[in-house]
Amino acid sequence: MDALLAAFATVFDPYVLLIICLSSAYGLFVGAMPGLTATMATALLVPITFFMPPVPALAAIVTATAMAIFAGDIPGCLLRIPGTPASAAYVDEAYALTRKGKAEQALGAGVVFSAIGGIFGTIVLVTAAPALAEIALQFSSFEYFWLVCLGLTCAVFITTESPLKGIITLFIGLFVATIGLDNPAGQPRFTFGSADLLSGVDVIPAMIGLFAIAEVLRVVAAAEVRLPSAAEVKGSIFRGQWELAKKYRVQVLRGSASGTLIGALPGAGADIAAWIAYAMSKRFSKEPQKFGTGHIEGIVESGAANNAAVSGAWIPALVFGIPGDSITAIVIGVLYLKGLNPGPTIFINNPESIYAVFILFFLSNIIMLPFGWLAIKSAKQILRVPRNILMPLILMFCIVGAFAMNNSLYGVTVMLVFGLLGFFLEENGFPIAPVILGMILGPMLEQNFITSLIKSDGDMLAFFERPIAAGLGIVTLLVWATPIVLALLRRRRRMSPA
Amino acid sequence: MRRRSLFVAAASLVLAGSLPAAAQDYPTRPITLIVPWAAGGGTDAVARIIGSLLEKDLGQPVNVVNRTGGNGVVGHQAIASGSPDGYTIGIATVELNMMHWQGLTNLTYKDYTPIALMNADPAGLQVRADAPYKTAKDLLAAIKANPGKFKASGTGQGGIWHLAIAGLLKDQGIDPAAVPWVPSNGAAPGLQDLVAGGVEIVPCSIPEARSLIDAGKVKSLAIMADKPPALYPNLPTLEQATGSKWKTAAWRGIVAPKGLPQPIVDKLVAAMEKINKSAEYKEFMSSRGLGIEWGGPKEFTAFMEKADADFGAVMKAVGIAK
Repeated sequence: MDALLAAFATVFDPYVLLIICLSSAYGLFVGAMPGLTATMATALLVPITFFMPPVPALAAIVTATAMAIFAGDIPGCLLRIPGTPASAAYVDEAYALTRKGKAEQALGAGVVFSAIGGIFGTIVLVTAAPALAEIALQFSSFEYFWLVCLGLTCAVFITTESPLKGIITLFIGLFVATIGLDNPAGQPRFTFGSADLLSGVDVIPAMIGLFAIAEVLRVVAAAEVRLPSAAEVKGSIFRGQWELAKKYRVQVLRGSASGTLIGALPGAGADIAAWIAYAMSKRFSKEPQKFGTGHIEGIVESGAANNAAVSGAWIPALVFGIPGDSITAIVIGVLYLKGLNPGPTIFINNPESIYAVFILFFLSNIIMLPFGWLAIKSAKQILRVPRNILMPLILMFCIVGAFAMNNSLYGVTVMLVFGLLGFFLEENGFPIAPVILGMILGPMLEQNFITSLIKSDGDMLAFFERPIAAGLGIVTLLVWATPIVLALLRRRRRMSPA
Repeated sequence: MRRRSLFVAAASLVLAGSLPAAAQDYPTRPITLIVPWAAGGGTDAVARIIGSLLEKDLGQPVNVVNRTGGNGVVGHQAIASGSPDGYTIGIATVELNMMHWQGLTNLTYKDYTPIALMNADPAGLQVRADAPYKTAKDLLAAIKANPGKFKASGTGQGGIWHLAIAGLLKDQGIDPAAVPWVPSNGAAPGLQDLVAGGVEIVPCSIPEARSLIDAGKVKSLAIMADKPPALYPNLPTLEQATGSKWKTAAWRGIVAPKGLPQPIVDKLVAAMEKINKSAEYKEFMSSRGLGIEWGGPKEFTAFMEKADADFGAVMKAVGIAK
């Protein structure tokens, strides 16, 4: 109890509160800028936190990342530029809402359900971290292989029109993921002797190209596409959110829970959580036909999931020093630096600091509401900008973002190529989101498949030998087989009366 | 206004490059420190602490720039192709001595002006805490008795920890293929797989395995270095445990493009020595469990020369060298 009081005292210190406010603003800015990710926000904070005491240092990181993941929704919703890969899953849905003049509702849902997801993840972190970390640590490549297969299945679920087109663009993404040197064998593939291609194709510039550049091209090509003017976007962003929370309480809970679990797995983070949550939302929805046309349900679930994953990722990081995602990989270094060595004993040796971290998580998710409100209020002014000025501005931001990824023009080239690809795909009715999914999951699929086979000396049955792997494998195969079996049954039924 | 400052910047660029006198008052503008690995990793952290201390010492901003990809080829190439004026420096890592053997690039340590060796982390020999082997000798005997049964992981195919164990096996007269390598994206996923029961050995550095050793999930059997690590002074060296003289370490050092003028080299070496001996650097490195190493241009070059030859021999034995 004393430790808890001491923790409150350290967090509610004016210096720490100032740090929280500053890093909130910083996180919002970084998350909202396409090309700058939450991971980068954390990495840039490290040299600054070096000169701070432990609690303010962790305060800066916790608040900046929570804000950055939420803020990725803002440009995604207003301009169809996902700020971070975690927002890419539902960017089309949010943008469709904006085009219907419902940007307020989409953004409001983004901030409210991000906060709820974040708080849910924190409660799990506080109450069940050691037990969950033990489970997460049992995941080997066999389990991850099936998890990735389930993730790939999302491409079919999220596709509105023909599932076949979704599968085709998924394979484009999987192909792109094979480019470069970073594969299990360490062999350069499709690099044509270029040092840039050795590093493969980065998801961020490709994503900016596919969504934002394709949109710019479309606006330029088709004169009648119009953005909603700011006058149409009115009302408070918080209005109606309570009703949404009541109507979609199952979805919120499911999104938060799955997000926390996926976040806690060392091999999967906020982006995969958002995809799986969005696909689940559509799969179990009462009105799946509305998805993709500007329907808030999927945003509620996946918005909660990606922020829950941010908290969940701290579970294996605190308990075993195993990073749950790329952000906590950096955090672990900071923890050591501040003498808070991760391990099962961290809860016994440093209770004040750990309680302080928990309080910081709650605090940052709560102040996300006012800060998010401010950010949305100022960001939506962008819709007032006339289209002929806005489009060149977007193009400029995209170029800066794509360049910033690796400080080279290669990123800009990738962005432009994918912009053209995205434009032609969409003009012909192909969904583009599965390309991103394929690019994110492709390397994991290959890595986990190959390493599993090396470990089992080529024995395929090994994918079913471990209990969790067998369970996941059976679920995956059932999910794949169900539509085929149903289609066969339907055909037989249609055939029999004839 | 904007145009004029651009002009001034451009002019000073040209002047700085052409006048030898500029070397005396170096540095007069911001310095770029290139990191061939991603933001947030160990090399990035070391580069950023060196960068912020260098900034204090030289009185000019030091921008740390990550140029990632291609197992470090992209970033190392970017350092080598910078202009040798002292305004582009970089942090080179152990992969510099490996990637050319794999045929990924023509770059070798000879394409740089070495400034200072700043850190080295020897490889350890880690197994699951409940594994039946008490010493490195037991483990080697078990490997010899069951070739192909034990799998190891902790980095990519042909990465530093792969070579660490392959070199050890070769040194002990065991076929390096007796322990198949399971490629992973770094030590953390490899260690996790060790705990999950996917692999049996992770020959990564001690600081990387530290949290799981402290959590009682993993145990280290030996360190491939002259002396035990500061974190675990009771850990035997490989030589004490098995008699093998094989040593491997991942290292990091500051380099500049080839042909850097001597006055600038001297200034940078002096600054690096000051950083290396500073309380801030020592505190940073020891709290992260990273080993501090010092070597000026001469020692650094000799060190790289030996490492390059050693790795070439092991990589040929494993069949990775082209």
